[in-house]
Amino acid sequence: MSTRRDIRFTLNGRPVGVAVDTSRNLVELLHELGLFGARESCGQGLCGCCTVFVDGEAVSGCLYLAVRLDGKAVTTIEHLDADGNLSLVQQAFVDSGAFQCGFCTPGFVLMTHQLLVQNPDPSEDEIKHYLSGNLCRCAAYPEIAEAVRAAARAQKQNPRQKPEP
Amino acid sequence: MNQIGRAIPRLEARAKVTGRADYVHNIRVPGMLYGKIFRSTVPHGRIRHIDTSAAQAIDGVHAVITGEDIRAIIREPYFGPAFHDQPILALEKVHFVGEPVAVVLSPDPHIAEQAVQAIEADYEELPPVFDEVEAATSSAIVHDVLRPAGTFADLKHLAGRKNTNVTLDYHLRRGDVEKAFAAADRVFEHVFRTGQVLHVPLESHAALAEPGHDSLIIHTSTQTPSFVRTEIARLLGWPENRVSVKVPFLGGGFGAKVYVKLEALAAALALIVRRPVKIALTMEEQFYTISKHATTFRIKSGVTKDGQVTARACEVWWNGGAYADIGPRVAQKSGFTAAGPYDIDNVRIDSTEVYTNRPPAGALRGFGVPQLVWAYESHTDLIARELGIDPVEFRRKNILRDGRPHATGTIMKDAAIDKVLDRLAERMNWQAPFDRGNGTLKRGRGIAIGFKASISPTTSGAIVNVSADGSIVLYTNTIDMGQGSDTAMAQIVAEVLNVPAETVKVVHGNTDVAPYDMGTLGSRSTFHMGNAVRLAAEDARAKLAALAAEVGLPVRTNYDVKELFRKRYGMQAGNMIGAGTYIPRYTAPDPETGQSDNVTPFWMIGGTGAEVEVDTETGHVRVLRLVNVADAGKPINPKICKTQLSGGAIMQLGFTLYEDMVFDGGQVTNASFADYKIPGFRDVPVMESELVAAAQETGPFGAKGVGETSTFGVSPAIANAIQDAVGIRLTELPIKPEALLRALRAAEGRPIEEDS
Repeated sequence: MSTRRDIRFTLNGRPVGVAVDTSRNLVELLHELGLFGARESCGQGLCGCCTVFVDGEAVSGCLYLAVRLDGKAVTTIEHLDADGNLSLVQQAFVDSGAFQCGFCTPGFVLMTHQLLVQNPDPSEDEIKHYLSGNLCRCAAYPEIAEAVRAAARAQKQNPRQKPEP
Repeated sequence: MNQIGRAIPRLEARAKVTGRADYVHNIRVPGMLYGKIFRSTVPHGRIRHIDTSAAQAIDGVHAVITGEDIRAIIREPYFGPAFHDQPILALEKVHFVGEPVAVVLSPDPHIAEQAVQAIEADYEELPPVFDEVEAATSSAIVHDVLRPAGTFADLKHLAGRKNTNVTLDYHLRRGDVEKAFAAADRVFEHVFRTGQVLHVPLESHAALAEPGHDSLIIHTSTQTPSFVRTEIARLLGWPENRVSVKVPFLGGGFGAKVYVKLEALAAALALIVRRPVKIALTMEEQFYTISKHATTFRIKSGVTKDGQVTARACEVWWNGGAYADIGPRVAQKSGFTAAGPYDIDNVRIDSTEVYTNRPPAGALRGFGVPQLVWAYESHTDLIARELGIDPVEFRRKNILRDGRPHATGTIMKDAAIDKVLDRLAERMNWQAPFDRGNGTLKRGRGIAIGFKASISPTTSGAIVNVSADGSIVLYTNTIDMGQGSDTAMAQIVAEVLNVPAETVKVVHGNTDVAPYDMGTLGSRSTFHMGNAVRLAAEDARAKLAALAAEVGLPVRTNYDVKELFRKRYGMQAGNMIGAGTYIPRYTAPDPETGQSDNVTPFWMIGGTGAEVEVDTETGHVRVLRLVNVADAGKPINPKICKTQLSGGAIMQLGFTLYEDMVFDGGQVTNASFADYKIPGFRDVPVMESELVAAAQETGPFGAKGVGETSTFGVSPAIANAIQDAVGIRLTELPIKPEALLRALRAAEGRPIEEDS
């Protein structure tokens, strides 16, 4: 009752070829490939725990069928410290204590990266608006906002830039 | 080295921001089957027949298991911390919509899910009961016979009782309430209600059971690994050492993951099919697993005309849902604080928990206290307004101070209620004029204070292992579910053994290596486990001192540990184990009167101030500012404590304004984040958190729990602020715009007509 299709795509800069069940979503495929930073929580694309970048744009992995990845480039949270160093955003999240249980954190970190690419100096309201698609049940929102501001400042001051997702 | 009071980042910070922290969801083992659950569609009924044949015929289905299959290997397959009332899968009867009835096992979770749709069950429907007040006297009886677990002395008398839904009736009697009412200048009486809500940690429950030839490993998202081990061993009739419970990080808990949830099911299935079985709930399934009690609270106070509360009577009904879980403890442990943090000579409390045909209710961040504070602090504000006394002054006049007896008779100690109230009033700038808004946007402000006793008597144990190179491992069954316990415990070890906290490794959640702990719940860990960890570290330090004496080194406060071990073993070898166990003193309350000279090892004190804006055209409430002040003793990590305060307050903000499980004939109709709205970024007001200067003398380095403290005052502070803004008093949570708009329009004399 299931069908499989061969797809090829780029995962965190490396080529991947897999036969994927057409009913699988992107999060399930990543889990099969041993990457667990994107997580399914609400299953409806409302919480942001499953956020990954496809061709540089954030998507909800739980709503994204894996077969659609054919020919695309996927970047996950695991790529941000590929060189062994935390990204500016990740470091800001550590310094600001911008998480509690950590389950939603990869989604917030990735969305903050995308926000700062699009808007290097976001206002408080722009931060809240941009991150309103990510939920944190521990409600570390005040600390997350602080981390985003800190990351924006660090990005301005520090020429060390992560490759854009 | 001063490790206490350092605001260091969490030990696991790097793992969490890189997505590499371990959760049960990440674990996969060879040969693993996925279990998907078929659930009851009726709220109350006798099972006539379950037809699994079509499901079993589907390609890829390994097995379909029902309650009777489980009974074949576990003769009495009922579990629960207070009552042994919950079957691993339904037997004979179903008691709520969503109750697990059968499980499909398959190597492919999608096939298992699809096969669940092919199962059919036929029920003889029985009359259900849903309301907590009705259930106390209803002829619809949820469980034919009561089966208390025998763990708790005050539940034993319920064994074998029939024709009742009451799982606990708790009573407190102090002074002569009726006489005091008769003598009072004024008597006030109100009824407050709260709806049923739930935890929804973003990581839904998951458990993976791996059977060995005479053993079982359970990887699970639990807050209570020791309890899970004991309970699974009891069910199987095994010694505890054959069951291993392992817990990585939790993606949130909040009380949803205490005691047994999926573990008994995963264990039974794994033993039946003799393969590893993993069950991971969906978000929707959390709505059928555990929730927070809906309540009805009738509160009555006698007051002198100058504002002294002389008597208070509290009647609380707790809607326990279909299985007791830890609900009876909620009714008792929180029940005895129902009269509030006030110095009242005459108090009567009757706290009753009942079974209903709703999803079970248990512990949720505050263990019943937020429902109580909602009522007594709304009531307190109403009285102050009626008497024309400033709400802060009214509270100050009646507040319970250290050295005075609480309603249980216990003398208050290390409970900074007065300081919390004072700092709250100062932070709110209470004496200064306040911008009341204009036009259709009216502003108001309110405060509320609450308190909670710690769960007792409960035990924690810890082991500290100093390696030959001086590096240290702490073994503890306290689970870090986001509250930062690993970091706080490492700071305690570091303080005693004089190393930087960042160098301490914490091994948590492994019953094979870490000693017993009652559970990570009720804000008990910092105090109980913190004390055990301190004792373990002190034990290791004393043994290192003895070793120093033995090998002829001078006894100092700090050692070159490497040198010690080299001198003793001639090479880098050996280790030093320190162990610690802590149990606080406690006096069980008198069963008739609730009196006790030592009812809790410590008190948690929290106050909240809220500033709100009400749109009188829509009934919409916007919270502009939330100020949370708490007594957490002397904080071990002030940064993490403050994050707990703001996080708890925002969660309670959700329970105040947005969250409510909606039912239709027992079926919850909003079981998803699309319909059950939890607070998001845009709902967060200006947040301020403050820990007052205080110390818990008996706590580790003066510390005590803080995880629940900010949940106490949020709801009544907001309701009090709404009344301050528009003169309308709402008595039911959540406060929805529709209810407020209806009340506003009714007050204007142009009521909105009810839908026919």
